[in-house]
Amino acid sequence: MMILIPTWDTFLQAVANGLTLGSLYALVAIGYTMVYGILRLINFAHGDIFMMSMYFAFYMISIFYLPWYVAFLIVIVATGLLGILIERAAYKPLREAPRISLLISSIGVSFLLENFAVVAFSGIQRQYPSIPFFQNVISLGSVRVQRLSIFVPIIMAVLVVGLLFLVNYTKTGMAMRAASRDFETAKVMGININRVISMTFLIGSVLAAVGAMMWGMKYPQIQPYVGVMPGLKCFIAAVIGGIGNIKGAVIGALILGMLEILITLFFPGLSGYKDAIAFIALIVILLVRPTGLLGEKQAEKV
Amino acid sequence: MIEVENLKVNYGGIEAVKGISFSVPQGDIVTLIGANGAGKSTTLRTIAGLVKAKSGSIRFMGEEILGKDTVDIVSRGITLVPEGRRLFPDLTVMENIKIGAYLRKDKLDDDIEWIFDLFPRLKERHWQLAGTLSGGEQQMLAVARALMSRPKLMMMDEPSLGLAPLIVKGIFRIIQEINQRGVTILLIEQNANMALRIADMGYVMETGAITLQGPGKELLVNDEVRQAYLGS
Ligand SMILES: Nc1ncnc2c1ncn2[C@@H]1O[C@H](COP(=O)(O)OP(=O)(O)OP(=O)(O)O)[C@@H](O)[C@H]1O
Ligand SMILES: [Mg+2]
Repeated sequence: MMILIPTWDTFLQAVANGLTLGSLYALVAIGYTMVYGILRLINFAHGDIFMMSMYFAFYMISIFYLPWYVAFLIVIVATGLLGILIERAAYKPLREAPRISLLISSIGVSFLLENFAVVAFSGIQRQYPSIPFFQNVISLGSVRVQRLSIFVPIIMAVLVVGLLFLVNYTKTGMAMRAASRDFETAKVMGININRVISMTFLIGSVLAAVGAMMWGMKYPQIQPYVGVMPGLKCFIAAVIGGIGNIKGAVIGALILGMLEILITLFFPGLSGYKDAIAFIALIVILLVRPTGLLGEKQAEKV
Repeated sequence: MIEVENLKVNYGGIEAVKGISFSVPQGDIVTLIGANGAGKSTTLRTIAGLVKAKSGSIRFMGEEILGKDTVDIVSRGITLVPEGRRLFPDLTVMENIKIGAYLRKDKLDDDIEWIFDLFPRLKERHWQLAGTLSGGEQQMLAVARALMSRPKLMMMDEPSLGLAPLIVKGIFRIIQEINQRGVTILLIEQNANMALRIADMGYVMETGAITLQGPGKELLVNDEVRQAYLGS
């Protein structure tokens, strides 16, 4: 196999790309990890929520000609509501049911959204609008990148710091951590479980929406199944970091993004297998450290 | 303060509580004793709204609370120290204390100070994760957490379980102290001896029904109770 030795500049360029990709993964991976943390559910519909966000943005900008910042605000609100709605309609009625029913319900929602998208938005591929403000190329020393590549990691970092503050240092966050351990006792403390769960879905969906809007600018072809592969990879990122752990999801996502870009840089011959890297990483982590990098031993919820 | 009437609770086909009636007058300590599986925890959990009853009535301060949501019930001033403590193990001691006051909007400083007076051990360990406390410390924390809601009625499910005799004594002393502060107490105990000693009223439960009742001191010398629960 050919190893390509890149120039220093190409290497730096790749690191920047890896950081951007990893940050996009992180925004989506957090939704998986938070929902898992509170419901012990792998929310299969999360990748499709991501897809819906991209369509929302496409319609707002390319069809309704709204300025991008207005459109983004609407997309964020709409996606957040969609996440809450999905939980209310498809997961809440199964609160007392075995966990496998919940999983199956989420697979159902995933198919539902994909098919809804085919019917409502048609199956033909659409072009995500280009937004010059984000896509202008700037030079950082000898490295030339889109503004987007700088913005994405910064936006991700700001959101993650905000989220960690919310979870670790506010009353709401304390309620979320308590509920994620023990619904019943949380209720005895006076915590409204339904509100905590809605809040979790809201946060996860909003972060996915931010990720999706940026993703569309980097990978502008959208179709109803566009959320499947990023969804899977971000789920894997969450598992690598230790599912249920927010910092873990971010670290897992950054590692995965970096790996994908750097492996294809050093081994151009492998670029066809780019999407396989995540799955190989998943297998390796499950063999070496099944609870993920920051995961603790899984205490079964009582 | 609370009147339970003809309460029936089923789990699937099993009748766990078969139409019991009892009441807890304001300011009293009332204890519910009985063998394993008698339905004591089920009774408390039903009062707290964690288990649905089949029929009956539970009135708290004159209002029916049966069928109400747990959050509604606890916001009326009822709290539960659950069986097995049920702390939040990955929250710190301090967070566990504060989460007990989740529904309160006022300042907590005085209450926290009082809690630390009652349980100096918790003060030393306020930064520690609750899951790393010893059994006795965990029980103290469970009581402290419940107190933080400023309850009118505190229900305790076997607070002495698994604790060394000296610690048990301490816990019972604190239950009395809390009671003297005006908190009404409904106590479940395996340790019938200690419980009956401090109780104004005692009820003996057997397989879902109340078979004996009377003032604590009287049950303490009752032959049936002595044979079945006091081991003499
Ligand atoms: N969730 C449940 N599902 C089915 N049966 C239950 C459930 N919880 C309790 N039971 C049954 O109801 C009966 C009463 O249980 P409960 O926990 O109220 O007893 P207890 O008096 O508290 O006993 P212990 O002193 O051992 O704690 C038992 O026979 C128990 O097996
Ligand atoms: Mg019990």
